[in-house]
Amino acid sequence: MNIETADLWFVIIALGLGSFGLRFVFTGLVGNRPLPPWLLRHLRYTAVAVLPGLVAPLVVWPAATGGSLDAPRMAAALVTLAVGYFLRNVIVAIVLGALTLYGGLALFG
Amino acid sequence: MPTQTTKSVYWQGVRDGAPFILVIVPFSLLFGVVATEAGLNVLETMSFSVLVIAGAAQFTALQLLTDGAPTLIALVSALAVNLRMAMYSASLTPWIGEATLGQRAIAAYFTVDQSYACAIVAFEQNPGWSIRQRLAYFFGVVTPICPLWYLFTLIGALVGTSIPQGLALDFALPITFLAMIGPMLRTPAHVLAALVSVVTALVFAFLPYNLGLLVAGVAGMMTGAQAELWLESRKAARQ
Repeated sequence: MNIETADLWFVIIALGLGSFGLRFVFTGLVGNRPLPPWLLRHLRYTAVAVLPGLVAPLVVWPAATGGSLDAPRMAAALVTLAVGYFLRNVIVAIVLGALTLYGGLALFG
Repeated sequence: MPTQTTKSVYWQGVRDGAPFILVIVPFSLLFGVVATEAGLNVLETMSFSVLVIAGAAQFTALQLLTDGAPTLIALVSALAVNLRMAMYSASLTPWIGEATLGQRAIAAYFTVDQSYACAIVAFEQNPGWSIRQRLAYFFGVVTPICPLWYLFTLIGALVGTSIPQGLALDFALPITFLAMIGPMLRTPAHVLAALVSVVTALVFAFLPYNLGLLVAGVAGMMTGAQAELWLESRKAARQ
């Protein structure tokens, strides 16, 4: 699907400004005042709360297969996650996940 | 410890940042390629990497825009992925809060996962560093990382169109994200937050405008925070 140019630039610029805002909000503006612990506690889990939710539908209903469950893609997803979790190495996880995907596609695809 | 010069502290930062080149190069290359596949031109792709300078948020925005999600949903979701930057900012404040406003603004722009992770460890190990030395270290870590982030986004964007179809690049993005999620699952609270996020996202996938992702994000954050409190109180009870 093609992305509208105006929409794209809106997101690029707003995301750039917003990301800078998030990085600057405390170092730049709040100074040395302490933050409420409940806020920090929620901030600790933002990435781990958003990214899995983003990926899950892409794995379960892949667009490339018209949304039906696909064995090579599911296997690649599980291998990538397991390697990332146990070896704590992002690049090795990507490489082994990609190899699983291509192996699976060659076998079943 | 003998007194270190600001220059030697800078080079210590460069050395500590250098191993991350192995992560930054393939990641930014992949962003350039995937963005080009999604139809972005070189200027648009580069603007993403220079203005946003945060891989996970860039990939999130790109994926949602490609899915046809409304721009506001794409923006809010990507900003949610970057909320951790506010946490980094808060945690760096006691160490670099005395710097000038301009220095703090530049440091804020370069606050990325790697510069934060190195700096917070080094600052705690070297409480005697002056504010100049702390900034020198921080920008030392950034030196091998951020220029390569821009450069390899550009290379990815330039070679992107020559990548043949049939490479199943539709799945490059899910694999990249999954690889990043693995090492983030440091505690049972992180694992629970991720599980709740997955289940909620799938259950609420019927919601329009990719709103299910925002529901999943909020549910995951609240789960993580509550699980942390519960685990801490259990630990305290046992002692």
